[in-house]
Amino acid sequence: MNVLINLFSNYNIVGAFVVNIELTLWSALFSLILGVLLVTMRISPVSSLRAFASGYVELFKNMPLTIIMVFMVLGVFGQLKFQFSNNFDTNFFWLATAGLSLYTAAFVCESLRSGINTVPLGQSEAARSLGLNFVQSASQIILPQAFRGAVAPLGNTFIALLKNSTVAAAASVATESSSLMSTMIEDNANAIIAIFLIFAFGYVILIIPIGLLTTWLSNKLAVRR
Amino acid sequence: MMSAAVSTPTMPQQPRRRKKNVSASVLFDEPGPRAKRKIAVANTIGILVFVALVVLVLMRLHNPPQGQNQLSAALWKPAVSGDAWINFYLPGLLGTLKASVAAVIGSVIFGIIFGIGRLVPTRIVRAICSVIVEFCRAVPVLMFMIFFWRWFSSMGISDQAAFYAVVLGLILYNGSVIAELVRSGVGNLPKGQREAATALGMSPLRSLLSVEVPQAVIAMLPAAVTQLVVVLKDTALGSIIVYAELLQESRRLGSSYFNILQTLVIATIIYFIICWLLSKFAEWLPKRMQRRTTGDAQTEPLAPIAILDASNRSQIAVAKESEELPFGGAPLQHHVRYQGSNAAIQDWQHVEYVQGYDFMHPETQIDMRSLQIPDFIKPIIPGLDSDKRKDD
Repeated sequence: MNVLINLFSNYNIVGAFVVNIELTLWSALFSLILGVLLVTMRISPVSSLRAFASGYVELFKNMPLTIIMVFMVLGVFGQLKFQFSNNFDTNFFWLATAGLSLYTAAFVCESLRSGINTVPLGQSEAARSLGLNFVQSASQIILPQAFRGAVAPLGNTFIALLKNSTVAAAASVATESSSLMSTMIEDNANAIIAIFLIFAFGYVILIIPIGLLTTWLSNKLAVRR
Repeated sequence: MMSAAVSTPTMPQQPRRRKKNVSASVLFDEPGPRAKRKIAVANTIGILVFVALVVLVLMRLHNPPQGQNQLSAALWKPAVSGDAWINFYLPGLLGTLKASVAAVIGSVIFGIIFGIGRLVPTRIVRAICSVIVEFCRAVPVLMFMIFFWRWFSSMGISDQAAFYAVVLGLILYNGSVIAELVRSGVGNLPKGQREAATALGMSPLRSLLSVEVPQAVIAMLPAAVTQLVVVLKDTALGSIIVYAELLQESRRLGSSYFNILQTLVIATIIYFIICWLLSKFAEWLPKRMQRRTTGDAQTEPLAPIAILDASNRSQIAVAKESEELPFGGAPLQHHVRYQGSNAAIQDWQHVEYVQGYDFMHPETQIDMRSLQIPDFIKPIIPGLDSDKRKDD
C-alpha cells in the first residue's frame, strides 16, 4: 500500500492518462473530418477523387503507425523543419496528433463505408427520384444513415485509437502513459509488476465504458428495417 | 445543348460504359451529357489539386527552410545502395519476420486454447479465460512490450530481452483477438452441427472439440491472415524498445548519413509491399476455405466491442440481409445469424428471441441466403453465360 501511495505522489500518473485522452480526442476529431471527406470522395462519381481516396486508405492501412510517428518527428520536423510551435512539448504533441489522425482517418473511412453498406438501395433511389443531386443525397440521405449504421465499427476504431495513442512515445511525447511507465520502472525496479498493473488497469477502466457506450449507442441509433 | 448531345457518336461504346458505371456505384444516375461534362471538369480539378499537392511536397523537399536539399542524390544514394540493403534493411527485415512468425505461431496456440476455454461447459474455466482475454485485449501492446522488456532485462536475459518482449506482447494481444475469432466462429456455425453431434451421442465438450472448433478454425483462417498484417505492422513497435527490426535498422542507417527521411521512405515501401500482398492473400482465401466449413469464412477480424452484452449482434449484419453491395462498398463480413463474439452460445434461443427471431416457427422466417433464384428467371446476359446455357 505504501508503495502505491509513493508512486502516485511522486509521479503524475493521472496527468499521463490525461495526455493520452487529449491525444485521442483531438485525433478523433481530425480523423473523423478527414474520414468523412475520404468516404465522400470514395463514393463520388468523380473517378480521380475515388482513386485518390482508395489510394490513401490502402497506403495508410498497410503502414505501421510507429513508422508514421517516427517519420513525423525525424522526417517532417527534423529534416523538413516543419513545426507547429516553438515549444518542444507542444510541437511533439501536435506532430503526434497529426500522425495519429492521418493513420486513423483511413480506418474511419473504412468504417463509414461499411456503414454505407447498411443503407438500402431504395434510399438513394428515392433521393434521386426526388431530384437530389449527388452532394445533396450523400449529405442528407446516405451519410446520416451510414453514421448510425457505423457506430459499432467507429467505436472499435476509437478504442484502437486510444490504445494507439501510447505509440506517441515514438514521437517523443514524453508525458504520455507508456513513456511515464518506462521511466517509473527504471526508477523503481522492485515495484515493476505493481506499476504495470496500475497502467494496465487504467486502460481497462478507460476502455470498458467506451465499449459499453458503443454497444448502447449502436443499438439505440440503428435504423430498424 | 442539343448539338453537344447529338454530335457525340458514342453508340458502340455505350453498353460497355453503362455496365461499368452501374456496377461501380448506384449512388448517382447514369450521367447525361451535362453531368458528364461536370464530372470531367471535377476530374480535371481533382487531378490538378493532386498534382499541385505533389509539387508543393516536392518543393518543400527540395528547399526546406535552413536545411539541405532532400532530393539530392547525396542523401538518396546511401539509402538505396547495396551496402544499405546488406547491412541494414535485410537484417532488419529478418528481425521483423522472425518476430512476426514467432508471434503468429504463439498467438494461434494461445487463441485456440483460450477460445476453447471460453466455450467449455465449466463455468469457472469460462470465467477465468474471459477475464484473461478481455484484459489482454484492453491493454495497449506497447505497454506489454515495455513491461516485459524491463522485466526480462532485470531477470538477466539481456541479450534477447527485446526479442522475447516483442513476441510475448504480440502473442498476448493477437492471441486474444484469435480467441475471440474462434469463439465467434463457433457461434456462427449452423445449429444443426451441434444438434447432429448431440444426436450421435457426443457430450457437449466432445462436440465442441471434434465438430465445432475444427470448422470454426477453418472459417477463421482468412481473418487470421488479416491479423497477420496487424502482427507485422506491430513489430515496428519493437523499435521503441530497441529491438533490431526493419524500422530500427533504417533509423540507424539514417542517423549515420543524416538521411532518416530517405531511409524511412524505403522502409515504408518494404512494409507496404509485404502488408499489401498479405491482405490481398487474405481476401482471396475465403473462397477456398468456404468449401471446408459450414460456418462463414470471414476476411476481417472484427474485434467485438460489446463488453457484457450477451447478444452483441452486429447491427450492420442485421441491416444487411443480402449479398448486394449497393455502393460498391466493403463485402458483407458476417453471416445473417451473426451473434457477435460475446454471444453466449448456450443461450441462443433466448438471444434469438430477443432479436425477434421466431424459433418456434422457423418456416416463417426468411433467410435471404437460402433464397435461390431459379435458373429460368435469371436474365440472359449476352456474351456472359448465354452460350453455356444454349448447350444445355
